Amino acid sequence: MKSLEELKAIRERMQGQVGLRNESEASTRVVVGMATCGIASGARPVLVALADAVAEKKIEDVAVTQTGCIGLCQYEPIVEVIQPGKEKVTYVKMDAKKALEVVEQHLIRGQVVTEYTIGNTMK
Amino acid sequence: MLTEISLHVLDIAENSVKAKAKLVEIEIEIEEAKNFLRVLIRDDGVGMTKEVLRSVTDPFYTSRKTRKVGLGVPFFKAAALQTEGDFSITSEPGAGTTVIAEFTLSHLDRMPIGDISATIHTLVVYHQDVDFRYRYSVNGKEFVMDTREFRAVLGDISFAEREVSEYIMEFLAENHKEANGGKVY
Repeated sequence: MKSLEELKAIRERMQGQVGLRNESEASTRVVVGMATCGIASGARPVLVALADAVAEKKIEDVAVTQTGCIGLCQYEPIVEVIQPGKEKVTYVKMDAKKALEVVEQHLIRGQVVTEYTIGNTMK
Repeated sequence: MLTEISLHVLDIAENSVKAKAKLVEIEIEIEEAKNFLRVLIRDDGVGMTKEVLRSVTDPFYTSRKTRKVGLGVPFFKAAALQTEGDFSITSEPGAGTTVIAEFTLSHLDRMPIGDISATIHTLVVYHQDVDFRYRYSVNGKEFVMDTREFRAVLGDISFAEREVSEYIMEFLAENHKEANGGKVY
């Protein structure tokens, strides 16, 4: 069973490391809508998949966060990728599998997955 | 419609966070002998006036500006009442809000708790400016997770750091499993 002792051990390990990742320094923000509309359409597994993949692949300077209702409830779950100097990319009707594609293509390779963007869906 | 109790907990607790709560208490209590499952979410946020409180169970009320309906509280209420359960929401400006939903445990229409570990983990990791006290109890066998205890150990290390985040997830999963005693609610 997990104990606070174990957490202390984690702290001691981490304090020995230099350059802890600071969220406010992250240049890319990945934002998941988590209001009733988002949650009802499956935003929680999308958020978990994104955060796990970003941590697992050790992608630096990306912060995964959440927000409320964006006002496009029919397109939830919505994921926005916001990068400095670039236009915001809005992915719609996401699921965990699509989220992993966005991590691979967009966050790692820098290529927008046009297929899942709102512009493509509304056509 | 939300299909798991854990999704309702996430949704209602998000309201608490938006109401500028410093501490959000979440309790889930299962008593087989009494055939009930009770969910409580209490916050010390800004609270609501009597007028607002009256209207929150109305689907066409919301404080949000981005759309005109707010279904979170009405959905949760309906989920409890469809099991011949009970639902209450009490609030006072400046004194926070408490939501209690009681379900009949064995009722055919009682939705499963679902992935409650993921709900609590999501709340804790993505709202680090808020403290959470979570209690889960099955037939008197319970565990408590308090982010103030975690913070006292971790200092300024973020819950989002991978090792910490994994620790919190495993802490929740292990303790839920232990309390459930092999059952799924």
